[in-house]
This record gives sequence, structure tokens and C-alpha cells, in this order.
Amino acid sequence: MSKISLIIKREYTTRVMKKSFILLTFLTPVLFAGMIALVVWLGGIKDDKMKTIVVVDRTHLYKDVFKSNESYAFEFTDKSIEDVKKQNEKDEHFAALLYITGDLKTDSSAATLFSAKQVNMELKSYVAGLLNKYIEQQKLASYNIPHLKEMVEKSRTDIELKTIKWGENGNEKQGSAELALIIGMISAFIIYMFIVIYGAQVMSGVVQEKTNRIVEVIISSVKPFELMMGKIIGIAMVGLTQFLLWVVLTGVISLAVGSFFGGNVDVTSLQKAGQMGMQTMPTNAMPAEMQTLITALSSLNYVEIISLFIVYFLGGYLLYASLFAAIGSAVDNETDTQQFSLPIMLPIIFAIYAGIFSAENPDGPLAFWCSMIPFTSPIVMMVRLPFDVPVWQIALSLTILVLSFIGTTWMAGKIYRTGILMYGKKVTWGELLKWLRY
Amino acid sequence: MILLEVENVVKQYAGHRALDGVSLTVPENSVYGLLGPNGAGKTTLIRIINCITAPDSGEVRLNGKRMTTADVQQIGYLPEERGLYKKMKVGEQALYLAQLKGMTKQDALKALKYWFEKFEIQAWWDKKVEELSKGMAQKVQFITTILHDPKLLIFDEPFSGFDPVNTDLMKREILELRDKGATIIFSTHNMETVEDLCENISLVDKSKIVLQGNVADIRASHATNTFVVRSVNAFEANGFELLSQTQKNNIFESTIKKAHTESNNSLLGALIQKTEILSFEELLPSMNDIFINTVSR
Repeated sequence: MSKISLIIKREYTTRVMKKSFILLTFLTPVLFAGMIALVVWLGGIKDDKMKTIVVVDRTHLYKDVFKSNESYAFEFTDKSIEDVKKQNEKDEHFAALLYITGDLKTDSSAATLFSAKQVNMELKSYVAGLLNKYIEQQKLASYNIPHLKEMVEKSRTDIELKTIKWGENGNEKQGSAELALIIGMISAFIIYMFIVIYGAQVMSGVVQEKTNRIVEVIISSVKPFELMMGKIIGIAMVGLTQFLLWVVLTGVISLAVGSFFGGNVDVTSLQKAGQMGMQTMPTNAMPAEMQTLITALSSLNYVEIISLFIVYFLGGYLLYASLFAAIGSAVDNETDTQQFSLPIMLPIIFAIYAGIFSAENPDGPLAFWCSMIPFTSPIVMMVRLPFDVPVWQIALSLTILVLSFIGTTWMAGKIYRTGILMYGKKVTWGELLKWLRY
Repeated sequence: MILLEVENVVKQYAGHRALDGVSLTVPENSVYGLLGPNGAGKTTLIRIINCITAPDSGEVRLNGKRMTTADVQQIGYLPEERGLYKKMKVGEQALYLAQLKGMTKQDALKALKYWFEKFEIQAWWDKKVEELSKGMAQKVQFITTILHDPKLLIFDEPFSGFDPVNTDLMKREILELRDKGATIIFSTHNMETVEDLCENISLVDKSKIVLQGNVADIRASHATNTFVVRSVNAFEANGFELLSQTQKNNIFESTIKKAHTESNNSLLGALIQKTEILSFEELLPSMNDIFINTVSR
């Protein structure tokens, strides 16, 4: 076995066998799914506590509007507001006090909602809705036009604006801008996360080898460059393993959850259905939005997105990881890494912001240039990909990325070679530049 | 037979010259001491021999041929700043380091079994390195250094971290390796071990070699013409200097210094006429004295 593959194997196995890796890999999709489920579940729970609303109606016009139901109880009283307020301070039996002072048909601000605590949105919109509906009906009735109510009902419209993109060979694809945005942002964010997490692992791995003083033992058997590349490649494989496991696990979990809830809600089965072709689906059984979503999901080129994701992840990671390795080699302990890692972290952080802004205008100049600059392209290009990027742009951006990571790796190798054997010396930026020329 | 030759090696770092025209020859099958105060350039020289860094000028030859990185396989190197992966198991790690040196897995396992049994540390195989004491870790490092049966062994401060019992064990192992045919270079501050182990030495100071040669010859050449004489009666200086004289249990112990030109025999002859001589021994400077004298000069 060649030496570099021995190093890769060690870096890979020691990391993959770690309990923290196994836990993180298997728990993250579960946690993620759990979080979504929790949000959905919490959103679904209705506050089932009965809320009492005291109505002080000086006009006595709205007695019929407010009917108690299982959520709200309405009490009418003619007492003064002060009295009601005082009484409530003693027994706190109502959630809010509705005070109507005039005819709402002519004065729309004649109603006020008082409460001891901040009135919640749900209550406010419920009361306002009741009043609105009632006043609307009153107004319509006052026009004295027969069948007006039915005419109004019929004229209600809800336009669904479809977005259709002209493909290159003339066929039309039904796309969804929102979906493209979501998929682009998620993949960009994963790349960002992977570069930061695994780049930092490379750095701390190098620092550990240096502080453990094992590096000189190993350097007498292998070239420093082999040791550095072995570590970088080994950790890249750990990252890919984690990513692929997440893809598989997320698929399995969402399939399981999907079949548990009846199939139609989860994305994976939708996506499959979409790929199988719309004819097989009983289209009339679904609401229009659902159909659009499925068509949009199936219109995305997953093979392209996933394979380019892997390519950009590797490119971006290799670009940054070698720089992280160089920093790790230059310092004596982990706390010293901070002053050097900031200039490397800045472009990564800039890239994620550039990605967010690019999403608004995926073909704009910011998006274009940031998807060409190698330090931002892995993240920004992922945001743009679901919006269909011309092939020449992808090719150009990848070429620049590959050339740049060869450049940074070469530079990092030079710094690393000198740095790992330097002990007890505070290194400056000027010194790092000098090492490049050794 | 010369195994290793270092010829006129110069290494310049930004700001200072770490090695300035250093040359030395290491005979095969011997123990060679590389001495010198901290920062003299020993570690740089060792790194150059190991092809970890390249010299600016000069060359290193192994068996008469210019050394290449491929030759490093024939070297076993125990650096002064040495360590192991803390989270790895002892056996796994020893195997990994052996494979990096180019051994096959089977050969490495066989050799490891032999050495672990020899040092009676089989029980450590599945322990993590962080559970070992410093001395224990040093033993493991020693084994991984010599495991691939290298022709040339380079030990940088090999005894630091060992207790006297284990230091002795290591000394014996080093001599045994030499007897089996290995050539050993070792760098140390401990001058006693130099006298015990080394046949030849080089003393490096301020990037240059200031003293070089056979240990016995060096000591003889640094002789101060001083002798310790134990005798039955006291005597007075006569043609020689009497530096001190003490009496203990009716035996007089005197330190005398002869004139440079006088031979040992004529000095002894002069003494015999004065008193009964119990012992007569030349007082050779210890390597420690020579070291301190040479370096502080």
C-alpha cells in the first residue's frame, strides 16, 4: 500500500469510527426531521382553553354578531369600562374587553379591544373578522339590490399564476421559483457548513500532530506534502461519507414519515411520482398547488444538482482545507489559530451572504462574478444552479476553481513544510510569506 | 568502512546560519556521539541527514553514494521532540508507523511481536497512548524506530524521560543493536553516556564543529599531566607540582602535576624512591569537562 493511502486510511478510519461522528451522522437527520415535525405539530395544536370576551356595546347593534363557541365565550354587559376593569383585576375572568362606542358602518374606528395582557393576533383577527363580515353584509344589504350577495360570492377570484420557463430545446418546463430558491439555499448552506466544519478539522488535526510532536517521526518516513494531502483527502472522504449517509437517511426517514402520514405530504414520494410521469397520478384528486409543486420538483435535474454539489463541495473544500492546513502548521496551539483563520473565514462568510443576495437575481452581476471567483463560487453557484446556469459558466467556474485549488495547495504545501517543524515561535504574516520562498 | 559521510554542509535560515561547513564521517558498526549545547545546530544536522530539510550546499553520502529520499528507509530516527497519536491504540499505531516505513503488515506484526515480548509490554497492545506514562511511550517509540531493522539509527536525546533502570536497558539495547551490525548516531547532553557508549564524537558549537574524533584520543589529548597517587607516606614536591595531599586511614592521596616534558615512567621512578606507592593513575578529563571547556572557550 502506498504511503499516502496509508495516511488517508488512518485519517478516515480514526474519524469515522469516532462515537461523535456516528452520533452526529445518524442523529442529525433524525433531529432535523424531528424539528420539522415539532414545528408542524406545535402549529397544529389549538389553544383549547376557553377565552371569555366581555362586550360593552353602547349602540346595542351587535348583539347577534358575537355567538359563543368552543373557543370563545362572549358576555354582554352595560357596566362602565372602569367597573369591568376593576372587577377583572379581582377575578381575571376574561381575556379581553370589546368596547363599541358608535355605528361601525359610518365610523370604522369605533371599536376597541382592551386587555390586561397583550392581545394575541388570533383573538384580534377573529373579532375583527366577525365585525368585518357583519358590517360588509349590512352594507351590501343597504344597497337593496336583489341577489347582490350571490353575485359578490361568485365574483371572488383566486388567481394561480403559473411560471413556465422556455427550455433550450424549445420544450416548456413548469418551474417554481420558490422551490428553486429553497433547494439552492439548502445546498449552498450545506457546502458552507462542510467547508467550515471539515476545514477546521484539517486545521486542528495538523495542530494536534504538531503539539503531539508526532509530526517529526512521520516526516522521517513520508514527505510533508504527502502527510498534508493524506490528511486533506482522508477528511474529505469523511465529509462525503457523512453527506451520502445524510442523503440516504433523509430519504429513508421521509419515506417512513410519509407513509405514516398517508404518503402525499412528503417530498421524496412526490418527487418519485413526478419522475414517473404525471399521467400515472390521479391529477384531479389533488389541489392545484400540489400539482404545481410536484411538477416543479420533477422539473429539477437532481442528477445534475447532486453531482455538481459533490464537485463544488470537493473543489471548495480542497481550496480552503489546504489553507487551513497551512495555518495549522504555522501555529503552536489551537488558540493561536484564530488570528490567522479570520482572513480565511471572511470570504466563506461573504460567500453565504453573496449567495443569499444572488438568489434574488440569479443572473445578475453579483451572482455571476461571485460564482466565478473561486473563494465564493462553490457556495454561490449552488444557489444559482436550480435556476439553470449556462453550461459554459459552470465549466468556466469549475476550471477556475480547480486551477485555484492547485495553486493554494502548492502554496500551503510550502508553508506547511516549514511550519510543522517550527516550535515555540510566534509566526507573523510576513514570516509566512517568507516561507513560501524557502 | 565508512557508512555515512557529511561533507561541508551549510544551512542558512533567515537571520542565522544553522550549520556552517560541517563535515563528519561515521564508521560502520559503531556508536557515534553528536554533542553540543542547545541551539548549536545538532537537530538541523540530523534533519538534513534524514532528508527532512535540504542543505544549502555540501552533501551527505551513505555508503559512498549521495543520499536520496529513498535511502531514508534505511534510517531509523527517534527525534528529540517525539510523540504519538494520543487517541490511537499502541499496537495500531506501531503498525501504522512501521507500514509508513515501508514494512508489509505481516513483517511488521512479526517484528512487533518479537519486540513487545522482549520488552514485556504485550499487555499494552490495546491500550490507548494517552493511558501510557512518558517512559512507557518512549519504549514504544524506541521500538517503532528500530522495528524495520535500519542500517543507520539516529537517536536524539534517547534517554530523556527514562528512569535509571530503563536507561540502562536502553543502553544495553543500543549496544546490542551495534553488535548486530547497526550504526548508531546519537545526540545527547549526558556526557556519562557518551563515555559509556560512543567510540567517536563530534562536538558542535555555534553552527561549527569544534571538536571531533575518537573519545579515548580526545580525552588523552586533553590530558592535563595530572596524576592521582596513593602512597603509604607523605612526600613533598620535587621536580613536579603537588596540587593536593590528603590522608585517610593511613593512606595518603596526592594529586600531582608533572612537567610537560617529563615521561610518566621517570615521574613514577622519582616517586618510588620517596615512598611505597599503592596506586598511580593518570587523571584524564571527563567528557563533561572537555565539553564545558571547549564550548565556553
